[in-house]
Amino acid sequence: MRFLPHSVPRPDMSDKKNIDNTRRNLIVATAAASGAAGVGVAIPFAWSWWPSERAKAAGAPVEADISGLAPGELQVVEWRGKPVWVMRRTKEMLEAVRKSDDRVSDPKSEVPLQPEYAKNEYRSIKPEILVLVGICSHLGCSPQSKPIDAKAEMGADWLGGFLCPCHGSKFDLAGRVYKGAPAPVNLDVPPYTYLSDSTILIGEDKKGA
Amino acid sequence: MASRLMALWDWFDARMPSVGEEFRKHMSEYYAPKNFNFWYFFGALSILVLVIQIVSGIFLTMNYKPDAALAFGSVEYIMRDVPGGWLIRYIHSTGASAFFVVVYLHMFRGLLYGSYKAPRELIWIFGVLIYLTLMGEAFMGYLLPWGQMSYWGAQVIVNLFSTIPLIGPDLAIWIRGDYVVGDATLNRFFALHVVALPLVLLGLVAAHILALHDVGSNNPDGVEIKKVKGPDGHPLDGIPFHPYYTVKDLAGAVLFMAVFCVILFFVPEMGGYFLEYNNFIPADPLKTPAHIAPVWYFTPYYSVLRAVPPLFNSQFPGVLAMGIATLILFFLPWLDRGTVKSIRYRGGLYKSALAIFVFTFLMLGYLGTEPVTVWGQAGAWLGNADRATVAARIFTVLYFAFFFLMPWYTARDKTRPVPERVTM
Amino acid sequence: MRSLLLAVLLLPLQALAAGGGYRLDRAPIDPTDLMSLQSGARTFVNYCLNCHGAQFMRYNRLADLGLTEAQIRDNLVFTDAKIGETMRVALGAKEGKAMFGVAPPDLTVIGRARGADWLYTYLRAFYRDPGSPTGWNNALFPQVAMPHVLWTLQGERRLKVVSRAAEHAPDEFQWSQISPGEQNTVQYDATVRDLVNFLVYMGEPVASSRKRIGVVVLFALGILFILAYALKKEYWKDVK
Repeated sequence: MRFLPHSVPRPDMSDKKNIDNTRRNLIVATAAASGAAGVGVAIPFAWSWWPSERAKAAGAPVEADISGLAPGELQVVEWRGKPVWVMRRTKEMLEAVRKSDDRVSDPKSEVPLQPEYAKNEYRSIKPEILVLVGICSHLGCSPQSKPIDAKAEMGADWLGGFLCPCHGSKFDLAGRVYKGAPAPVNLDVPPYTYLSDSTILIGEDKKGA
Repeated sequence: MASRLMALWDWFDARMPSVGEEFRKHMSEYYAPKNFNFWYFFGALSILVLVIQIVSGIFLTMNYKPDAALAFGSVEYIMRDVPGGWLIRYIHSTGASAFFVVVYLHMFRGLLYGSYKAPRELIWIFGVLIYLTLMGEAFMGYLLPWGQMSYWGAQVIVNLFSTIPLIGPDLAIWIRGDYVVGDATLNRFFALHVVALPLVLLGLVAAHILALHDVGSNNPDGVEIKKVKGPDGHPLDGIPFHPYYTVKDLAGAVLFMAVFCVILFFVPEMGGYFLEYNNFIPADPLKTPAHIAPVWYFTPYYSVLRAVPPLFNSQFPGVLAMGIATLILFFLPWLDRGTVKSIRYRGGLYKSALAIFVFTFLMLGYLGTEPVTVWGQAGAWLGNADRATVAARIFTVLYFAFFFLMPWYTARDKTRPVPERVTM
Repeated sequence: MRSLLLAVLLLPLQALAAGGGYRLDRAPIDPTDLMSLQSGARTFVNYCLNCHGAQFMRYNRLADLGLTEAQIRDNLVFTDAKIGETMRVALGAKEGKAMFGVAPPDLTVIGRARGADWLYTYLRAFYRDPGSPTGWNNALFPQVAMPHVLWTLQGERRLKVVSRAAEHAPDEFQWSQISPGEQNTVQYDATVRDLVNFLVYMGEPVASSRKRIGVVVLFALGILFILAYALKKEYWKDVK
């Protein structure tokens, strides 16, 4: 009420009620329309914060050639600016994954951090080929590979896996987090698909799959 | 609901009453003359454009790169790769020209109704300062796309300073931070364009409005409404700015936005006047475009610069003339000796002088966008000079005559009696 | 510095004197003609993209022209560029400069810089000139460094410029065909039309959606104006 002028010049008092109704309706309508216009103006500005075409192109799926990947070897591929590990696991390593089941906090990969086709024992499409986003689920550092012969550092019962240098989270050879580690959940498995036996495409599911 | 809001407001008002006080002082109890006409829209519209420029400018800086190697590409990146980036960029480029359109019309309003005359000299001075700052802001912003026109425009304007006797050459190097317009120039112009000058502009706008609200608005009749007050102490010919002029300006603003959007969405280049074609060629320090002209809002002064012939092997007289052409505006309140403010009660002398001045300004502006050969050459009796140059010289003389002869023709003018109260 | 300033101020005069006076033809382009744009894109990647780049234009943006990603990849990407990458060119600025004297300019926004009419006229104004380093010259852009890249299509032509007797009358340009190309004049004009159509599109790919959005925005502003004007009328009834 304070905002109204003290003296509105000579309003016609005879049908004041009428005027007030029209006026109120118009104020509400104009305010609503102006508000809608304001939102309309805000949209392109807010919209401009989504990834640009350049960022999308940089985030496009990448191909990785795994034909030269030796058993037990780890290859790092960059996808969307993040390290993606591709590892060819040996029979012993797969055995180690099975043996780790009671040491890890989510052995059955119940937390959906992997595409449906990688929600299995080895968290991969083909058991021997592991594909993981190499970013710790704790605070975003990149863990290091600690093979089975790193027992001196990791303890006598170490089965091979990964250790995050930042806060010491341990992961097994399927990227599953050890119980009691600071990291809450397993490592991400990115969407990927086999273009051929020797090439995988990281970042894209099989079409229609 | 409504009473809840009122309660919230009362809570706020009890703790910070100055918000309500300022609102009453400047809006709901600021009494403006009730006879504002079309010309009185452009002050509020200038503020609207200022806000548009600040908001769109902030969002442009999120993707623009003030680096000579990256600037041109980053603008195209905004135009193509950033979602909605083209719209933000066109808003800003259209806004730049729109700013000058509304400011020029706002200034013309001042000339029409004598708004610069006592007691409003300070308002006018702040206004001229805003205009000059705006020119600096526009000039520096124009370098940022780093196209050919950006580059060579900046090169020529900075070189104007080099014509100043004695200190000129060093001054130009200091401004550029390099021997030619370069990365250092771009970087400092960016800083000035996005931070320093906008702050100055905001401060000056505040001063302009405060000065206005202290003395009260002029009006198309040029009468002082404060002289005739009603029993409530408010001017009889005044109405509260809010809600009367807020609703009126809202309608005007929507109409203005419609024109703005027609340009933005259908002719963003405005035939090469708002976005010059040659500015789509990246800056090339080794090649000057065939025809360079400043953006349209600078061309009247550019014409003055070109019209004045070099004297004593120096371009300085032209530069000086151009400088005087802008600075003379400061003295307008004292050059005008007329006893009435509004053109409605002025005599034929001022009316003709203003008409000639408007025509002169438009013609200087037009000639500045064209090469001097646009009208061909005159005959031998004029030494085969370019007709356009001869015309620009005549118009330059007329431009200055409007100001320098003003004390004479305004004092001599046959004015009509000014009414006591405003007419609607 | 002073002489530079003077030179710049006098430049328009010189530029106009050197203009040559070759008249521009109106380019009959149509930004809604997708077939024409696709054909222009094909000509562009086949003939222009060898020396000129379009470093701000992404291949996948060509979907605007009604093409699928697979069609773009199979028909228009000749390098190892990925579909999301821009149309870069293998020829570096240095090599280009060594080859032609000037580095071939990037063509992404050439349509905006030169305009459709200029491009349409320019690409149809090449002629054989034994005196020039490339063996080609151009009536609109004399001494141009670029050879006639489309000459296999247009064939070779000769130009004779006849000065008129009257002092201010424009020169007369007389064209004659030396050897035929793969296309006749009508076909060649259509090829260039399509290419220019594409160049203009590429200069501002958003142009067509921009206009569509503009119509919606203006409609919304129209409604807002009706309301705002009614509100103004309502309040100003009081002001006598």
